[in-house]
Amino acid sequence: MAEFRLPKNSRIVNGKHYAAAVGASNVRQFAVYRYDPSAKDNPRVDTYTVDMDSCGPMVLDALIKIKNEIDPTLTFRRSCREGICGSCAMNIDGSNTLACTLAIDSVKGDVKIYPLPHLPVVKDLVPDLTDFYAQYASIKPWLQTRTVPPAGQERLQSKDDQELIDDPAACILCACCSTACPSYWWNSDRFLGPAALLASYRWLVDSRDEAADERLDDLEDSFRLYRCHTIMNCTQACPKGLNPAKAIAATKKMLVERKL
Amino acid sequence: MSNNGRPLSPHLSIYRWPITMTLSILHRVTGVGLSVGFAVWAAWLFGAMLGAEAYAGLIAMLGTVVGKVLLIGWSFAFFFHLSNGIRHLVWDIGWGFEIGQANASAWFVLLTSIVLTGLFWWLQS
Repeated sequence: MAEFRLPKNSRIVNGKHYAAAVGASNVRQFAVYRYDPSAKDNPRVDTYTVDMDSCGPMVLDALIKIKNEIDPTLTFRRSCREGICGSCAMNIDGSNTLACTLAIDSVKGDVKIYPLPHLPVVKDLVPDLTDFYAQYASIKPWLQTRTVPPAGQERLQSKDDQELIDDPAACILCACCSTACPSYWWNSDRFLGPAALLASYRWLVDSRDEAADERLDDLEDSFRLYRCHTIMNCTQACPKGLNPAKAIAATKKMLVERKL
Repeated sequence: MSNNGRPLSPHLSIYRWPITMTLSILHRVTGVGLSVGFAVWAAWLFGAMLGAEAYAGLIAMLGTVVGKVLLIGWSFAFFFHLSNGIRHLVWDIGWGFEIGQANASAWFVLLTSIVLTGLFWWLQS
């Protein structure tokens, strides 16, 4: 049964306020979720007033500025700062996205920043993604073949066949989609979630893969696949513009067509 | 899931609901509402079976403001669940998955079910 309320140790309390540097006139407020595992306190929301005249344009720029200049204890993941590593996935202004590709100007009012929803929090904006990665591994995200490869060459694909996997293979596993999905919130122990299902689809439509039947067998389960109720939050959230909901629907269609 | 005493990050309380998410939960709520409504419908049939007096009592009860609101709610649940059910069937054949299409079909279903509910009660009056 879905638990709609946060557990007692997870309810958010009021945090500290950090004022802007003296003389700053063009400022924005950033309300950031904080949790310190070494203290035994509940999570809190700290607000930082940031001088926008000396801050880069993206939300990640503001977070880095806060960490460098205001509060070095603020913890978050980041790496590439150009939307290809997926590290800085978090909930900003109510939606999951990458902090590095979301412009501060696109957010109205205070910029509210939380970790990806409904995950155990390691520290501040860093969630524990162990289960998420385990789900990805469970769909066997590699090429499975039964036949012998053609002598002296790779298994070739036509341009059309390659185009089928272009989109789903562009997933960066940032977890924005899965942690945007209410079905995943309530059933992440049994439902694979949109990211793993999109990855599974990527191999199902790969013309070189020869394990489609086994892959479909593994998915044919009232939880693993069919907890998807087409809520569409995955596709709405994907910072890469991919469409997990469509891929899941196509997978369901494959299962029906296989029976006919 | 073992989480080593770690707190759970907030979800429902902080997420900005896309229209598609609102319709999804409304689909489930109206589905439950329709099931409950069938009990009222059964009571109506039962009242008719028991005779004129019981039937009149039931009709009077349904004629109160609360009764009317429930009946209008039930009819809306019916039209919404029907329209959104058709939307789901269209999805099942693989159509309408682009975000623009899904948002547009959501608003279309919502407006259609409101219009149908209004039309239904207008034809009654």
